Amino acid sequence: MAVQGVLANRLRSLLTLLGITIGVASVIILVAVGRGSSASIESQIENLGTNMLTVQSGGGFFGRAAGRSTSFTFLTMKDVTALQSKADAPDIKSVSPVINVNSATISHGSASETSAQVLSTTPSYAEARKETVAAGSFITSADVANHNRIAILGPTTAANMFGSANPLGQSILINGANFRVEGVLKSKGSNGLQDQDDLVILPITTAQDLLVGESGQLSQIILEAKSSSDVNDAETEATNILTPAHHNTDGTAAFSILNQASLLSATSSSNHTFTVLLAAVAAISLLVGGIGVMNIMLVTVTERTREIGIRKAIGARKSDVLGQFLTEAVLLSILGGVVGVAAGLVGSRFKIVGVQPVVQAYAVFLAFGVGVFVGLFFGIYPANRAASLRPIEALRYE
Amino acid sequence: MLDLQGVSKVYGAGEIAVHALREVDISVEQGDYVAIMGSSGSGKSTLMNILGCLDIPTEGSYLLSGIDVTLLDDWELSFIRNRKIGLVFQSFNLIPRTTVQRNVELPLVYQRIKAGERRERATRAAEQVGLGDRLHHIPSELSGGQQQRAAIARAIVTDPAIVLADEPTGNLDSGSTAEVLDIFDALNRAGRTIIVITHENDVAARAKRIIRLADGKVVSDESKLVLA
Repeated sequence: MAVQGVLANRLRSLLTLLGITIGVASVIILVAVGRGSSASIESQIENLGTNMLTVQSGGGFFGRAAGRSTSFTFLTMKDVTALQSKADAPDIKSVSPVINVNSATISHGSASETSAQVLSTTPSYAEARKETVAAGSFITSADVANHNRIAILGPTTAANMFGSANPLGQSILINGANFRVEGVLKSKGSNGLQDQDDLVILPITTAQDLLVGESGQLSQIILEAKSSSDVNDAETEATNILTPAHHNTDGTAAFSILNQASLLSATSSSNHTFTVLLAAVAAISLLVGGIGVMNIMLVTVTERTREIGIRKAIGARKSDVLGQFLTEAVLLSILGGVVGVAAGLVGSRFKIVGVQPVVQAYAVFLAFGVGVFVGLFFGIYPANRAASLRPIEALRYE
Repeated sequence: MLDLQGVSKVYGAGEIAVHALREVDISVEQGDYVAIMGSSGSGKSTLMNILGCLDIPTEGSYLLSGIDVTLLDDWELSFIRNRKIGLVFQSFNLIPRTTVQRNVELPLVYQRIKAGERRERATRAAEQVGLGDRLHHIPSELSGGQQQRAAIARAIVTDPAIVLADEPTGNLDSGSTAEVLDIFDALNRAGRTIIVITHENDVAARAKRIIRLADGKVVSDESKLVLA
């Protein structure tokens, strides 16, 4: 009987269905987009190396100690040696000192740029940062020992300097000093803040000779933990080793250790907020769909007042009429939900604003369930109104 | 069978109160064929509503098959309307866009009768009113007379104690009127109790008994001599 009611007015039923369909589909797609974007950011962070710890001098990486008085101490090669101790730091696999060359100008022939990040380090940096060479080779221990004047270029820098020509073996000038290109890195893409491919890596000893001087002051120390589960242990060990030499007057550490894993969790929690926000927007559209169901059901009740009167006159009980109209509402929302789930699943197969959506099973069930519930909830009022009509009045209605 | 005792119906209250029925006593026996006549405003429709259990009298009692209907609640009234009374309206009141078959079946649906038996009984009722070949038509495909016959089939499908018809021929031409009245005659001959509310003399002429109403009161109640 309810099926007949739905079929009796196909266009109207279809439009009602559409409200729920759009609501359900948008919940599924938006949650999938949210999940997809956090998945892509997580994979970018993993690109940085999740086993990696970055040690920097100063109280806080994010300016935590900016206003605090510290007896500022720089990280030095002594710290690197201390951290390499297998006895004190069993969970640290490698230690790579890094000296940044600030405001460097790189040029080759007429090509010149100042945007590239220039840093000098040791061979273990490559593994810790998950850098691999696409051509040529990375810095070797021999390069560091012999103060070789070689440079490894990021793909963007290589393209800026040499275009499509092969950069290997060519020479470039960094702040006027001559370097031979020994390797080109594989692309890592953008991390959302900067182009990670606009990069020049030099042997640390050569940089000290030619560019930054022999102050012995390190910009950072990159640590690699044995595995991702050892990252926290490695951080503790590094803190214990460095604190005696680098502490503030109040005894707190005068350096900071940035943990990629904690960055990952911070990012994913902010992404979670983003997903919830998207879901909330979608939920509103679902609610609007529900109100659509109510609207149509109310119109239906008014339009079919006479029919309700007839049914009651020939013996339909209040519960019969209530049941019929509720069933119609639920039937509409179930149909709308099914179509919406289908549309959501199909829609999630496409890239949306550069993000590949990842469909979440909970979102599918939740959206469907809420869609049906909304239909039921908003069907109750019109159905109750229909059921409460008095037969003589309903019969008199034209 | 059917017994109204001192039935009054008042709409509104105080000075604006309208006394639609005043102390009406009517008793109808099984197998009777009664025409209730009266001009408009005489209380015919109110009486019809009360007899059909669509409305409850303000005062008095109404016994239907020994049950005092005035004491029943909404749910029980639905039950009585469904089982004891077959209603036929002036404007047919078939459900649009729904086949004759399904329209006739409808009262049985509310009795929770299974589809197979419903179909069989609906078919039988439709055949009784000569609509056996129109079962799968929807009301808008039928003539007025055919629609009214479908409505009669729906009224008798539950095998009710009385068939109550409110101006059943009011919207019909004379040919269809005759058809419908012939059906009532046949139903009455088969032992069914029929009450027809009308203001047309030729409709009332078919009845065995004519009750006339004026100003909410019974002014005459005469039974015709029936030739055996």
